Amino acid sequence: MAENKEKVPRVKMPEQDPDVRRRNFEEVPLGLTPEMAIKEASRCLQCKKPACVEGCPVSVDIPGFISKIFSNDFSGAISKLWERNALPAVCGRVCPQEAQCEGRCIVGKKDAPVAIGYLERFAADYERKKGTGEVPAVAAKTGKKVAVIGSGPSGLTVAGDLLLKGHEVTIFEAFHKAGGVLVYGIPEFRLPKEIVASEVAALEKMGAKIETNFVVGASVTIDELFAEGYDAVYIGVGAGLPRFMNLPGENLIGIYSANEYLTRTNLMKGYLFPEYDTPIARGKNVVVLGAGNVAMDSARTAMRLGAESVKVVYRRSREEMPARTEELHHAEEEKIEFVLLTNPTQFFGDANGRLTGMECLKMELGEPDASGRRRPVPVEGSEFRIDCDLVVVSVGSNANPLLTNSTPDIALTRWGNIIGDPVTGKTSKRGVWAGGDIVTGAATVILAMGAGRAAANSMHDYLTLGW
Amino acid sequence: MAKITAREEMAQGTIILNEIEAPRISRKAKPGQFVILQADEKGERVPLTMADTNPEKGTITIIYMVVGKSTARFRDLNVGDEYFALIGPLGKPTHIEKVGKVVCVGGGTGIAVLHPITRALKDAGNEVTTILGSRTYDLLIMEEKMRAASHTLHICTDDGSHGHHGFVTNVLKDILEKEKIDLVVAIGPIPMMKFCSLITKEKNVPTFVSLNPIMVDGTGMCGCCRVSVGGTTKFACVDGPEFDGHKVDFDELAKRLASYLEDEKKSLEAYKKSNA
Ligand SMILES: Cc1cc2nc3c(=O)[nH]c(=O)nc-3n(C[C@H](O)[C@H](O)[C@H](O)COP(=O)(O)OP(=O)(O)OC[C@H]3O[C@@H](n4cnc5c(N)ncnc54)[C@H](O)[C@@H]3O)c2cc1C
Ligand SMILES: Cc1cc2nc3c(=O)[nH]c(=O)nc-3n(C[C@H](O)[C@H](O)[C@H](O)COP(=O)(O)OP(=O)(O)OC[C@H]3O[C@@H](n4cnc5c(N)ncnc54)[C@H](O)[C@@H]3O)c2cc1C
Ligand code: SF4
Ligand code: FES
Repeated sequence: MAENKEKVPRVKMPEQDPDVRRRNFEEVPLGLTPEMAIKEASRCLQCKKPACVEGCPVSVDIPGFISKIFSNDFSGAISKLWERNALPAVCGRVCPQEAQCEGRCIVGKKDAPVAIGYLERFAADYERKKGTGEVPAVAAKTGKKVAVIGSGPSGLTVAGDLLLKGHEVTIFEAFHKAGGVLVYGIPEFRLPKEIVASEVAALEKMGAKIETNFVVGASVTIDELFAEGYDAVYIGVGAGLPRFMNLPGENLIGIYSANEYLTRTNLMKGYLFPEYDTPIARGKNVVVLGAGNVAMDSARTAMRLGAESVKVVYRRSREEMPARTEELHHAEEEKIEFVLLTNPTQFFGDANGRLTGMECLKMELGEPDASGRRRPVPVEGSEFRIDCDLVVVSVGSNANPLLTNSTPDIALTRWGNIIGDPVTGKTSKRGVWAGGDIVTGAATVILAMGAGRAAANSMHDYLTLGW
Repeated sequence: MAKITAREEMAQGTIILNEIEAPRISRKAKPGQFVILQADEKGERVPLTMADTNPEKGTITIIYMVVGKSTARFRDLNVGDEYFALIGPLGKPTHIEKVGKVVCVGGGTGIAVLHPITRALKDAGNEVTTILGSRTYDLLIMEEKMRAASHTLHICTDDGSHGHHGFVTNVLKDILEKEKIDLVVAIGPIPMMKFCSLITKEKNVPTFVSLNPIMVDGTGMCGCCRVSVGGTTKFACVDGPEFDGHKVDFDELAKRLASYLEDEKKSLEAYKKSNA
């Protein structure tokens, strides 16, 4: 593309000032201008064998969409993205690009990699405002009916793909809003809910029926769905079972699972209490346990709800923190403290059962464990106290058994995850597919979408050819 | 959907009954299960037990006490209005089986929760004695329905305005002294369930209670509803709401129910003001 590309430095994303944004719920990055996007696109070398694409779990034609941006064809860019990714506005914001496309980008060998995530976001946001991109054509009706259980990224992907292939699709969602973690978990300041709503609206326009407030396994079983005339079922119910640490005092008032803390805040809009009815505790001294994206979201939420101090307590070291680099960076800018190599041992409360503090142990890193990371081991006699009035436990989640208990003929792993064929997503039950976090355990938006796309292809074969 | 088809005021307007259109839920629901309702998009998710179901008509019945903003908002809904959200049936159904002699103890709106369970226990061939309590006779609900669902009915009032003067626990104690009872079901305010369970524990009579911790999703995904039972943490929405009364940590439950007292007051006052 442009000459002397080596000299153009990686674009800097305009952002809300950290001191301002740590007290509001508005989105942190403001987005690139068209000029910035075109200039950033000029940094792409248009590789013949693009390494970035290999790093992308759904193989987006990255040089393809970037070259459209470079030539000022923003609608062309979004059409390229849509070929492989139904939710680019979401992925541009939440994918761990440093571990995927950008982590492989050839420019990144010597310089900072091309800002693929920012460009993806730019194209998607441009399209949302202008609405000029070409919407894929819907195939002729097949007369087949599909039930999609769960409206997270994997369920939405399956629904979109099968609608395009001409099938009738109904999405069943337990909550009153569609979007899964994108609406109940990931906060407004990172992923505005209006974006998720517009993606869902687009699916509805394509013909998807969405039944909210509908818990499959409670209101209806999968066998009953088949009896009601559905020809195939996709399970994309996520990993909705919070893990606690089983420590003394864990049921004190002021200790939340991240799921509860974020659901109250995001889905139920607790941050707008009392305009919205659901209350959320506003801690002064907050501790978040864990160091993934969920932990960063919880910590940054607590800061926005008015905390004086927010500490992320993590038993390993900085290098092992699993959150996206950008989230760690943003959290630090917002004055979140990291208390590393530290593990809680018990919680203390007052006579009313309210949390007042916790005891921790210092850790040091020993031999590598099964995950290849060095195992943290407690330092004897290193107990110390942290005063706090709010703790958010963000140490992961497991498979929620509500649905699978009601369908005993679906084979599970010993952790309760559904066993899905790694290529097709087929389960052990005829006519039933599964994908996303319920199969893999808590993972990423893009992997859930990738699983959805693979399953949709396999389901289409089944609906047109047989099991 | 979720349209209110009938509405009644009980106990001097402090307790409200709604019959709601919910064909799917009415076909599935079993005694002991609950639903979650939201009055509007900004509303809280409120768990309420189904007091009755009518699969032919496709309706369920809820009976709730007006205690705060959300239930006050519900009270202001009329026949023909719709709830924004209705989810269910949730929770484990009551385990109904023929065990012999059963005593059912109810207080407050717990009586509404107790009613379908009592009826099912009687239908299963048990000999059912029921003890109902209230502060004063005017606040007692469902007396006739409970009489029909039981073999023997005792009424207790704290102020002596009707029946036995005193608490349900006194009557329960008397019965346990006189007869061998095989099962006690106690549903009502926490102190009532706690003291019933203490009494039956002495006599080693199996007892179950129905717990009402604060909930959000009601499907086991948040852990808000956690209760300690026999020293381990359970999620009441999926592991319960019924538990072995001898093992429940009632004091912890009572404390956790006070988590949001300040906010609840603020919310109710704002609502009253906006309606004045
Ligand atoms: C706070 C948080 C932050 C995250 N940040 C990132 C990030 O930055 N980048 C990233 O890539 N990933 C992130 N993740 C992970 C990512 O969101 C998940 O991997 C992804 O959403 C999984 O998608 P899914 O479709 O499998 O399920 P989910 O998104 O979990 O959706 C499942 C849906 O199914 C519904 N459901 C469950 N049971 C039933 C039932 N029985 N009947 C009907 N409906 C049901 C649920 O209500 C939910 O809406 C984050 C996760 C969380 C919680
Ligand atoms: C499984 C279950 C079944 C129930 N069945 C019935 C019933 O049949 N009839 C009935 O009258 N009540 C029932 N309850 C209690 C009912 O849900 C609460 O009274 C109601 O949520 C109060 O809401 P509010 O906004 O009006 O009052 P608030 O001002 O919010 O609260 C008043 C008090 O109610 C309790 N409470 C608040 N929010 C909740 C919540 N989300 N879940 C539970 N308790 C809460 C707290 O102790 C609080 O101090 C049940 C609760 C559960 C968990
Ligand atoms: S690896 Fe980098 S330079 Fe090469 S095509 Fe991908 S984004 Fe462009
Ligand atoms: S209410 Fe959320 S787990 Fe029970």
